[in-house]
Amino acid sequence: MRFRLALSLLSLALFAAPAAAQLEVDITGGIAQPMPIAIPGMPTPAVANTPAGDTAALGQRVADVVTNDLKNSGLFSPLPKSALQTVTHPQVTAPDYMFWTQSGAQALIQGFVQANGDGSLTVGCYLYDVLARTELTRQGFVVQPAQWRRAAHKCADLVYTRLTGEGPYFDSRVVYVSETGPKTNRIKRLAIMDQDGANHRFLTNGQTIVLTPRFAPNQQTITYMSYTNNRARVYVYDIGSGTQRLVVDQPNMTFAPRFSPDGRYIVFSMAIGGNTDIYRVSSSGGTPQRLTTSPGIDTGASYSPDGSKIVFESDRSGTQQLYVMNADGSNQNRISFGSGRYGSAAWSPRGDLIAFTRIGGGFNVGIMNIDGSGEKILTNGWQDEGPSWSPNGRVIMFFRTAQGSGKADLWSVDLTGVNERPVPTPLDGSDPAWGPLLP
Amino acid sequence: MMARTTMKIALVSALALSISACAKKKPEELPPPPATTAPAPAPEAPLPPPSTGPVPGSRADFLSQAGTDTIHFATDAYDVDAEDQEILTKQAAWLAKYPNVAVTVEGHCDERGTREYNLALGERRANAAKNFLVSAGVSASRISVISYGKERPVATGSDEGAWAQNRRAVTVVPN
Repeated sequence: MRFRLALSLLSLALFAAPAAAQLEVDITGGIAQPMPIAIPGMPTPAVANTPAGDTAALGQRVADVVTNDLKNSGLFSPLPKSALQTVTHPQVTAPDYMFWTQSGAQALIQGFVQANGDGSLTVGCYLYDVLARTELTRQGFVVQPAQWRRAAHKCADLVYTRLTGEGPYFDSRVVYVSETGPKTNRIKRLAIMDQDGANHRFLTNGQTIVLTPRFAPNQQTITYMSYTNNRARVYVYDIGSGTQRLVVDQPNMTFAPRFSPDGRYIVFSMAIGGNTDIYRVSSSGGTPQRLTTSPGIDTGASYSPDGSKIVFESDRSGTQQLYVMNADGSNQNRISFGSGRYGSAAWSPRGDLIAFTRIGGGFNVGIMNIDGSGEKILTNGWQDEGPSWSPNGRVIMFFRTAQGSGKADLWSVDLTGVNERPVPTPLDGSDPAWGPLLP
Repeated sequence: MMARTTMKIALVSALALSISACAKKKPEELPPPPATTAPAPAPEAPLPPPSTGPVPGSRADFLSQAGTDTIHFATDAYDVDAEDQEILTKQAAWLAKYPNVAVTVEGHCDERGTREYNLALGERRANAAKNFLVSAGVSASRISVISYGKERPVATGSDEGAWAQNRRAVTVVPN
């Protein structure tokens, strides 16, 4: 419940929205020039103090967060601050097109931050086509002052969605494993943060190794594997209460858990006497149902977004390869036939692609269609592993391990493979899991 | 239990010896310590182990008798080869001498596998070692297995030498 917050969309229908202009960003073209965009600080109608700072300062911080989001998408090239001019509150709805045209910006984001009588903030967000001199979209976001960054992410999502036609993804969080310490004795803690690295906090204390966290669809709980009591088993962590619960109480190792898209099941792997198979169990516990029966290693299960299918890895052919089966375990078919071995598959939330780790000379993160065709390798670090999808299925977060030191860090890459960036974390990081768009 | 008792007695005896040794070096002007302050060894206590050898039934004793607690594997493999069998046979012989000792077999992998696959592979390796110990007469109920995948390497390099050391199953006797 802690993360459920009052964020309502406010209609700013002062004017009828003008007809859509030609301004748009093509995200599939590999050689797209980032669109020059101006994001000046947002004025306030009246300076007021809030628990998150005064509204004038917040106006600049909101613009900074929007700028960072759009820059990191690789699709936009925000103008430097020196190329911007101060925007007055009346100008928010009446842009100085003469100035912005000369600045070189094709798109302009303006807005305001206003303190409301009930203690909340309204952040107004307006997108303009500079050359056509038209407004493209606008929206207002009402948030508690402590949640001001969410309003900024919503503004960036509004602009991204309007200009690319793709779904939003900036207003989302990541759970991952924070790492520190020597290679022979890494200390691993669950940690959670916004997708841009802000609002970071640790969930576990590092006394036991934790691995492979995954959000529940409602984002109130996280399933992961922990070595609590020197046994390797799957748990569910409740974010609100800070408690963990064992999912299946039996003596064997359980690992590689993931929630079904409706949150009703956890699919996981269980190793019995050297044989690993995939099972599913009700998220509230109970008797697991076995989904695979091959005598090899079947693990790394990930649901399709409609919950009807599961992609997983198996070495039943002799090497680690990807397979797709129905959610009840029927109709298991191999889909990976490229060179090398394949593991840690993740089905895109859009349903159209499967991300994976390919083990050839090194470890690379790549994507393929759900029938295995159209394979494309996106990264070329020494050891890149563990892809996780952004909520809109257009960006992948993964972790990169350094040769020798074993230090791991989080990275993101878009589907062109061109826009690869480090994700900021206070310590080292691995096993990222990108959550759904926040409610 | 037996091992712990033996160790305590050994320590007490050693303490007694050192106290009496110190006493002999005290300056002459001090009165000699009363004879009763030196604790007499328990009448039925066994003699301390010869020289500095490990306490029977201890981890150190296991390492000394079996030679090593670790067997190694080829890349992506979990078969127990002739060399491993020789080591595990010695481990089984030691375990036969101390039937009250329960062990954990840890399975480990090198860093060149994905996280989840390595957890499964480490479990396979631990089970391969366990199965051999069981076939050599150790009760299965005395052996638990745990896989650490690639989480706990012993060699830190990213080269074939380090990887070969890290692909292992370790029979852990409680300390």
